[in-house]
Amino acid sequence: MSLSSSSYEAVIGLEVHVQIKARSKVFTRVATGYGHEPNTLTDPTVLALPGALPVMNKAALDAIIKAGLLLGCRIAPVCKWDRKNYFYPDSPKNYQISQYDQPICLGGEVEIELPGSARNVMGEHKRIPLTRIHLEEDVGKLNHGASDSLVDYNRAGTPLMEIVSDPAMHTADEAFAYLTSLRATMVYGGISDCDMEKGQLRCDANISIRPVGQTKLGTKVELKNLNSISFVRDGIAHEIKRQLAVLERGGTIVQETRDYDGMTGTSQSLRTKEEAHDYRYFPDPDLMPVVVDEPWKTRLQAECPELPFAKQRRFFEQYQLPYTLTSVLVWDRALADYFEAAATAAGAGKAQAVGNWIVNDLLRELGAAKLELGQSKVGPAQLAALVKLVDAGTILNQAAKEVFVEMFATGDSPEAIADRKGLKAAPTDSNELEQWCRDSIAANPKALAEFKSGKDSAINAFKGPIMKAAKGKANPKAVDETLRKLLATN
Amino acid sequence: MSAAMSAVPLHYRTIAELAAALAAREVSAVELAQAVIARAAAVEPRVRAFNSADPADALAQAAASDARRAAGQARGPLDGIPIGFKDVIAVKDQPLTASSKMLANFVSPYDATVTARLKAAGAVLYGRLNCDEFAMGSSTENSAFHPTGNPWDVTRVPGGSSGGSAAALAAGEAIATLGSDTGGSIRQPAALCGVVGLKPTYGLVSRYGLIAYASSLDQIGPFTRTVEDNAIVLGAIAGHDERDSTSYRAEIPDYRRELAARRGPWKLGIPKEYFGAGLDPEIGAAVEQAIAFYKAQGCEIREVSLPHTQYCLDTYYIIATAEASSNLARYDGIRYGHRSADAKDIVDLYFKSRAEGFGAEVKRRIILGTYVLSSGYYDAYYLRAQKVRTLIRQDFLNAYKEVDALITPTSPIPAFKLGEKSDPLAMYLCDIYTIGVNLAGLPALSLPCGFTKSSLPIGVQLIGQPFKEADLLAIAQAYERGHDWKLRTPVL
Repeated sequence: MSLSSSSYEAVIGLEVHVQIKARSKVFTRVATGYGHEPNTLTDPTVLALPGALPVMNKAALDAIIKAGLLLGCRIAPVCKWDRKNYFYPDSPKNYQISQYDQPICLGGEVEIELPGSARNVMGEHKRIPLTRIHLEEDVGKLNHGASDSLVDYNRAGTPLMEIVSDPAMHTADEAFAYLTSLRATMVYGGISDCDMEKGQLRCDANISIRPVGQTKLGTKVELKNLNSISFVRDGIAHEIKRQLAVLERGGTIVQETRDYDGMTGTSQSLRTKEEAHDYRYFPDPDLMPVVVDEPWKTRLQAECPELPFAKQRRFFEQYQLPYTLTSVLVWDRALADYFEAAATAAGAGKAQAVGNWIVNDLLRELGAAKLELGQSKVGPAQLAALVKLVDAGTILNQAAKEVFVEMFATGDSPEAIADRKGLKAAPTDSNELEQWCRDSIAANPKALAEFKSGKDSAINAFKGPIMKAAKGKANPKAVDETLRKLLATN
Repeated sequence: MSAAMSAVPLHYRTIAELAAALAAREVSAVELAQAVIARAAAVEPRVRAFNSADPADALAQAAASDARRAAGQARGPLDGIPIGFKDVIAVKDQPLTASSKMLANFVSPYDATVTARLKAAGAVLYGRLNCDEFAMGSSTENSAFHPTGNPWDVTRVPGGSSGGSAAALAAGEAIATLGSDTGGSIRQPAALCGVVGLKPTYGLVSRYGLIAYASSLDQIGPFTRTVEDNAIVLGAIAGHDERDSTSYRAEIPDYRRELAARRGPWKLGIPKEYFGAGLDPEIGAAVEQAIAFYKAQGCEIREVSLPHTQYCLDTYYIIATAEASSNLARYDGIRYGHRSADAKDIVDLYFKSRAEGFGAEVKRRIILGTYVLSSGYYDAYYLRAQKVRTLIRQDFLNAYKEVDALITPTSPIPAFKLGEKSDPLAMYLCDIYTIGVNLAGLPALSLPCGFTKSSLPIGVQLIGQPFKEADLLAIAQAYERGHDWKLRTPVL
């Protein structure tokens, strides 16, 4: 029997851990941080010294409720805590404070966009339903040496969200799009920086396959250590292939946890179902349940920003921007805000030009200079000024590129730079321009005849020699107007 | 007053008396500390209430107290008073062992909240007091270090788990002590050693810095010679603590002043389930006499029923052990505490360190607690026990619709011989009258109410309403005022 991937479908659910950007740890006042001297961000509670107790940090709860509101979750009326018991040296208490049967956020969804048929074509949108989001504490970090292992508890107790999707994705691309969208949402909401290199976003995937048309889920395999978004896509694709191959050989899928190695593109079994932990969850008697009332939720709702896809739809409507521009602009909240500020300053009808300048020129210069948007010397108002000068014909397109580079380097106004470098278009009432036009018409009787016979585009044939004579400084609008005036009387 | 007291040696005086003497400069804090240290040196070989003590540190604290007083900056009735701590309460730079091999070499880098508060009140912290390992037991025989003798008969147990705290006070090795009570661990040893021991309402005293046995049941409370002294110490340690989420936000009255303001008469309830089989007749008779005293004082005495009493022991041993199994998981030999010397790998390290570090009773309770939380058993045990716990609390609250407080024996039996109870279940029965109070989260105290024919102390338990410690102490003092049991001291 031969199996083809087309007769099977994969079912994928993701468990994503997101570190909440909070000044202090979730159950004590010690600061959070990355890259500090080992075991300096600790106190009796973090180290689980005898007698130490946890006390909840409300800022962490604010963040997760906000995340839930952004993703359309129902927020539980009471936040309750449970202990998840297991022994491992990175867990100082040998239990993790988490939420078991009453997560703070239930339901909700993540909107995703699948790859389009080409880069400049918008792909299909889907909404991936969420099962739950709960709050827990992060663990410490083990550093394995040749003969011993050391533990650093700086990370232990950092507030951590676990975002669990329904098993509702079917391809590695969907999982990739899900993570991309989820990450943007968290960054937009100021909930996390989601830097995967710093472990601020971590992903495990539950993957099964089943014959197309079957509703019952197949045996799932949990894939761990997917520590970059590309590894998530590659790891899932690899696991789907592996499972198909097992069935092809006539084997059965074993319920297990596998470790994916992104460098080699292989995975190996960590443990099977029989070796799974019994976490012995029970309500943490050290922490009181916290009531989440309506005013609390209302306050956080007011802090929720517009999400990227909603912004994209608005940019289509409000600014008539093409997909290619919005797909760059909306994924970075600061960039989108920059665009809106510049478009507003530039005035009606110039939004696309503003967008083009940002996507083509500003991002190129920032990239080359290795700068963040916030470090740009060209602010939205200056960019808008440049766009207006170009629109008015004061600075020609080609010259404007040079002006922009100078603006980026110096922060000077486009007007001053154009003056300084002699990049302004020639005055429109110049006799010289009229003479160049006469010369050009006289030199091209063929085009004149065509124009006279009604072919309007023939006028362009006169413009090249004029521009050449003007050394590129003629205002194209004035050239066009002058030519038409002369041609009408010719 | 001081002339009348001069017959009583310093180490057997009350806080109230000593506070007055210190204020009148009749005695210095250093002299008082020296007296307590000398007494401990004299009797410790027989009582063995201390796990460790630091006399030099105590004398330095006492000298600081004297200096404050000389500067006119004395901090109140506890300034200069030596107080001993059960070895489960953290004191910065002092050993914190829980009487366990697991923590034999552990020194706390921080103060418990009660410690900080007593330091702020000027108390002289002296002595790390023996207890059952991790506060699990009723005789202090589960200490990994040594048993403690009951000062009234050193061949007998002082009770437990706070046996060292009760014995040290009864032996004059402290002026007051702190213990912790999860199922009777303050009240039962108080009864067996003839002192006053209070378990406050759950949430009244911060648990921050108390080594957790069963978090939803544990409370720190004072051992003192008199009810008034108890009110003084309670006033210093009670009150909300932002480091303990379960600590209650309540106005803390001046318990000592309230004693004078609350004079009854009260309605007292006699729970009929607390006077059944297993109660020593001499204890039964002493408690009956105490009841008769209250009646004679004009109190209304009413029989009440706490119908779920029979489930208290089972409920307790499910909830307490479940919480303990998780609370004690942190003792793993990784960050501090006992680490096995010959472990092969991480799992072996856990197994060996814990096997070597914990004693039999602790292991028994961890295993029991692990079992009742296991997948498939949680609903049948832990969840059901929590439901029964609600019913047990409701029993008490129903009774309080009719009466102000309940009066019962503290312990069914007086102090028993060291080594007498080898069966764990027989030992668990020592707590049948005290355990319900913890499950219901109520305040209760044990008060001396007589002696057996063989001169062993007997305690009566008064159980109060949530956060009404002021009433409870006043009711206790009404009895104490009519009796002179507190004047007796053991012969050592």
